[in-house]
Formats: sequence, structure tokens, C-alpha cells
Amino acid sequence: MASTNTATGTLERHGLSDEQLRAIFRNMLLQRQLDNRGFQLNRQGKVPFALGSEGHEALQSGAAMAFNRGRDILAPYYRDLGLCLGIGLTPYEIMLSIFARAADHNGGRQFPNHYSSKSAGLMSFSSILAAHLPHAVGAAYAIKYRSEAGRAVLATCGDGTTSEGEWHESMNFAAVHKLPFVMLVENNEWAISTPLDKQMAQPEIWKRAEGYGMPGRRFNGFDPIATYAAVKEAMDRARGGGGPTLVEGTCYRYLAHSTDDNDMTYRTREAVDERRRQDPVPVFETKLLEHGIMNAEGVAAMRKDVLRETNEATDAAEALPYPEPADLYIHIYEGAWQPWQS
Amino acid sequence: MAVVSSNSTVMNNVEAVRATLYEAMKSDDRTLVLGEDVGARGNVFLITKDFINEFGPERVIDTPIAEASIVGIAIGMAMEGLRPIAEIQFADFIYPSFNQIVGEAAKTRYRSNGEYTCPLVIRTPYGGGVRGALSHSVSIEALFYHVPGLKIVAPAFPADVKGLLNASIDDPDPVLFLEHKKTYRLIKGEVPNGHYTIPLGKANVLKEGDQLTVVSYGLYVHWALEAARTVERDGISVEVIDLRSIRPMDKTTILNSVEKTRKLMIIHEDNKFGGIGAEISAMVAEEALFHLDAPIRRLCGPDVPAMGYALPLEEAFMSSPSEMAEAMREMVTF
Repeated sequence: MASTNTATGTLERHGLSDEQLRAIFRNMLLQRQLDNRGFQLNRQGKVPFALGSEGHEALQSGAAMAFNRGRDILAPYYRDLGLCLGIGLTPYEIMLSIFARAADHNGGRQFPNHYSSKSAGLMSFSSILAAHLPHAVGAAYAIKYRSEAGRAVLATCGDGTTSEGEWHESMNFAAVHKLPFVMLVENNEWAISTPLDKQMAQPEIWKRAEGYGMPGRRFNGFDPIATYAAVKEAMDRARGGGGPTLVEGTCYRYLAHSTDDNDMTYRTREAVDERRRQDPVPVFETKLLEHGIMNAEGVAAMRKDVLRETNEATDAAEALPYPEPADLYIHIYEGAWQPWQS
Repeated sequence: MAVVSSNSTVMNNVEAVRATLYEAMKSDDRTLVLGEDVGARGNVFLITKDFINEFGPERVIDTPIAEASIVGIAIGMAMEGLRPIAEIQFADFIYPSFNQIVGEAAKTRYRSNGEYTCPLVIRTPYGGGVRGALSHSVSIEALFYHVPGLKIVAPAFPADVKGLLNASIDDPDPVLFLEHKKTYRLIKGEVPNGHYTIPLGKANVLKEGDQLTVVSYGLYVHWALEAARTVERDGISVEVIDLRSIRPMDKTTILNSVEKTRKLMIIHEDNKFGGIGAEISAMVAEEALFHLDAPIRRLCGPDVPAMGYALPLEEAFMSSPSEMAEAMREMVTF
């Protein structure tokens, strides 16, 4: 795909078509709309908890474009709404999770944002940070063991998770065995209330790659095209037998950690507002308009469509029943089971 | 290993684990073993000796020294369709993998509402009496038997090792397979040839008796049996039950025995407070209290962090057949 020259300069597309660029932008809008809906439902007293991903839209929507549906495996963490949408989860599935309905993949058992879908290649995970990374590495081992060329595992985490021992253990094992594994770190500078300088003395996480014997790269996670390029390069290397890569995207967490957190107890409104000036959603919108990939009417129609889809998903999920109390007792083991056998 | 007939082979517990793992590797290429020193070294007890030559390093994986990810990587393999058998070199080293076992493996099926499963076996040698000191002698079963989603097996005899390990490998859910390291070479027995399984959750009445029920597992099953045979010479009739499985546990066999003998003693090496014996005692109190003619007794390890390296400290921790015999005499004369 040729670069597009305009009065504002060249758009480096990294092979992305106009259609793909619009799909990335739509995914960003949908992510933000669903995020806001979760918080609204919480404030309306309809759901007990919501957790946002504002500031991660470009990073997640760009990375999702580098994921091959039906082949690759995603091992995400709980701030990956846009990534999970981007690999095929529907707003309806997201709303089933928010409302904890029986029809949810997890049967209403897990917190919202803890998505799971075997058919989408999305591995089930818990809230315990980095615990999913050995699972992702084990899945990558299975791919390599079965000689399934052209498949790779994309695992994600935030900056906070890189302090966990299992983060290290997973990186090391993936490198030793040259597994088809990509570690995507979404560095939003906050581990709930703990800033980066209290988490690590050397804040460039990507530089750790050299210590493991794998390539590492940092990119601007506010730019979905730069994100796509970095993640695509890493995934292609993994799929082709070239082993694992550490990619670090820089972004920012605009909201509090969750609806149960008050971020004004540890950072200032001014500091957050300052970073809002780089908000990737309007920045990317402007870029698409400037380069003639979308026009104002197209953006307005897309926003309207995203709102409609969110409303429909909200209504459809809300109308469905909770799990039954008896559902507490199923899927502990295969079949009915008691610790005392008679 | 000596073939004594065409139908069975005499082997010790190490040989039984090894032979069963070997057959599992031969019969299903989804099966892999991973752990510290399982490859070139063939495991510190030589259980996987020469496996790497026959099955290759892709299926016999020498892992870095990182217990959390030994279990965690095996979980990921299991979620993606392989049948891993993870090894924790000594049960004492399992603590770094506690979250992977309790928080992840045991909850994979549950949290995904059955979409993902975790057919995983975690093998580990446990127990004392081998001068193992604080970090090569502990019993860990009580730390895990509280956890729904896990199964726990602790066989004492080579034939049970084979049948229960086969059942554990076939099991669609995670199984913690505990091997008492003192029995590894001490205990020999006939093992039926060919593939067979023993269902998890079935205890075994090793010796029938009508004055006292003794429930045990692991190394102490052998000592309890020896003690029961000793007191039998004095006309005391003790029924000895080998639990074999700790979770699930066999209620029917215990209750049938207690309703017959009217007295219950539980013997285990793990410490008493909150141990397996506490759960058995509570179950019998709930279900068979009025069948009892004496208070339930638990003969267990002392409530100390672990047995010490110095011989007197280890001996003070461990029970003995003579101590068990004495306790049996006291119980029947109550």
C-alpha cells in the first residue's frame, strides 16, 4: 500500500488499507463507548463493578489488527477490552460479562473484563497478575510441539505485572525454547496507585529483552499504526519460527483503576488532563480526516452506529437472566462430584 | 524388576512410577514430562532415567529452576490439548507454585464455566524418615486438600501407584500425585502387567479386624499394618484402611468399618492440627457418632514446622510401628 501524501505530511501505513484503518478507528470508538457504558451502569446501580481501559484504545485496536483470527491465541489481562473486541468478541458478549448473565462465557462467575472464549482463541485468565503468562507460554509450547507453523500466542500485561516473578519465568522459558510467543506490555505508568518510578529503577521495560536473549522494541502506544507495525513484526517472527519478542507500548490510564478506586488520592486532575491532550481517539480521528481516509460525515455516522450497537448489546444482555443458584455447583470437575465418595 | 509370573512383575515404588510414566509416554504423544532434572539426569530418583533418549527433549523437558512456571506452563499445555505431567522435585519446593495449583489449575474449568479444562498431573515426592531436614521431608497434602477443583492421591503400594497414576493421567481434571519418598525403594510388591486403572476415591481395606479401625495413607500405612499384625499376636483385631486417595476420600469404606469396630484411629505423618485426620474425624462425628464406643484418636506428626536434620529431631517427629501398636492397645482397652 502506497503512502498517502497530504498537506500535513506522509501517513506511514505499514501496509494497512483504508478499510483496515477505519476498522481500527471503529474498534477504538466501540472500546470507549463500552467502557463508558460500564461506568454508567455502575453509577446507575445496575452493576457492582466496572473497569475501564481509556487511554489504551490505539494500542489495543492496533495490536488486534496483527492477530490472525482462527489461528493465533490471545492471553490477555483485564484491561484489554479493545484487544478482545478486535479479535472478535462482540459488544453483546462484553455486556453479558458486565451484567454477569448466565449466557456469559464464564457463566457470570468472573469479574467483568475477564473474558474467555475458546472459539475465539482467547484463553481464560484470573485476576492474579502474571499468572496467565506461563499459560500463554505453555500454549506456545503446544503450538511448537505440534509443528503448527503460522500460529503464535500474543500475551499482554500492564507495566505493574512486569514486577511479578512469573513474568520473568515466562520470558525466560519462551526464550530458551524459542517459542512462538509475543509479550506485549501496555505501559500506562500506573499499577493502581503505584507510579512507574516506584515499580522499577529502569523504566524502559523493552530493554529487558536483551537479558533474555530475545528482540525487544518500544513503540508509541497512542499511535495505532505504530502499534500494529511493532506487533505485526513480532507476531510474524513468532509465526515463522523466529522465537519470542518483547514489545512495549507506552500509553496512559485516563480513568481510575476501577469503579472502586479514587485516583485523585494519588495523582492530580491537572496531571491527568495534561495527558488527555494526547488522547489517542481524537488524535487518530484527526489523522484519518487529514489524510482523507474518513470525512466528518463518515465519523459522525460511525459514532452513531457504535452507540446503536452498544445500546442494543446493553438491552439484549440486561434482559437475560442471571445464572441459577444451582449453577454454583457445576463445572468444578467433569461430571457431578463430591469430596466424600460413597 | 523381576517377573514372577506372566501376569505380574515385582517392583518397588520408584519402578512402578517409572514403568507407568513410560507406558503413558509410549501410548500417547500428547503426554510430556517437565520438571527440574528430569532429562539428562533422569530425575533425582532416576524415575525418568533414559526417557530423554527414547522420547526426545521436546517431550522430556528439563526446565529452569522455577516451580511456579513448571506448573503454569503445564497448565497452558493442558488448556491447549496436551497431557502434561509436571514434576516438582521435592514437595517442599511446591510452595512457589501454590497459586498456579490453587488459584489457576483448580479453577480453570470453574471460572470458564467448563469452556477450558486442565487435565494435568503434578507428581511430587513427599514425606520424611530419610534425613531430609526442613526442606526435603514435609507432607503437603493438608495445604491442598481444602481446595475444590483439585484431586489428591497418595498411594503406598506399587500396584496402587500404577493403577492410580494411570487414572490420574486419564483424569480430565488436575491431580496432585504424592509419592512418599521413603517408600520409593523400601516397598516392593507385585504389579499386574498391562494397562489398568484404580478409580480415585476408593480406599483399600488392607487387613480386616473387628475391634478398631485404623485409617492411614503413605508410609504410615505400612507401619500401621506392621503394628496391627504385632498386636494381633495378643488377640487384638485391628482393621487397617489405606485411603489411597485424599481428595476425593472414600466415606463408605470408613463408615462401614467404624460401624463394625466402633472405634476409630487416624494415623498420618502430616501434623495433626487441620490435617486429613481432622476432616475424617468430623465426618465420622457427623455421620456415625452413636456407633462409636470411644473418642476418636489421631496419631499424627507434632505441630512443629518440620522435622530437623539431626537424627534425634527426625526420630522425635516420626512415629514408629511400636508407638502405633501401643496406641492400638490403648484404644481397644478403652
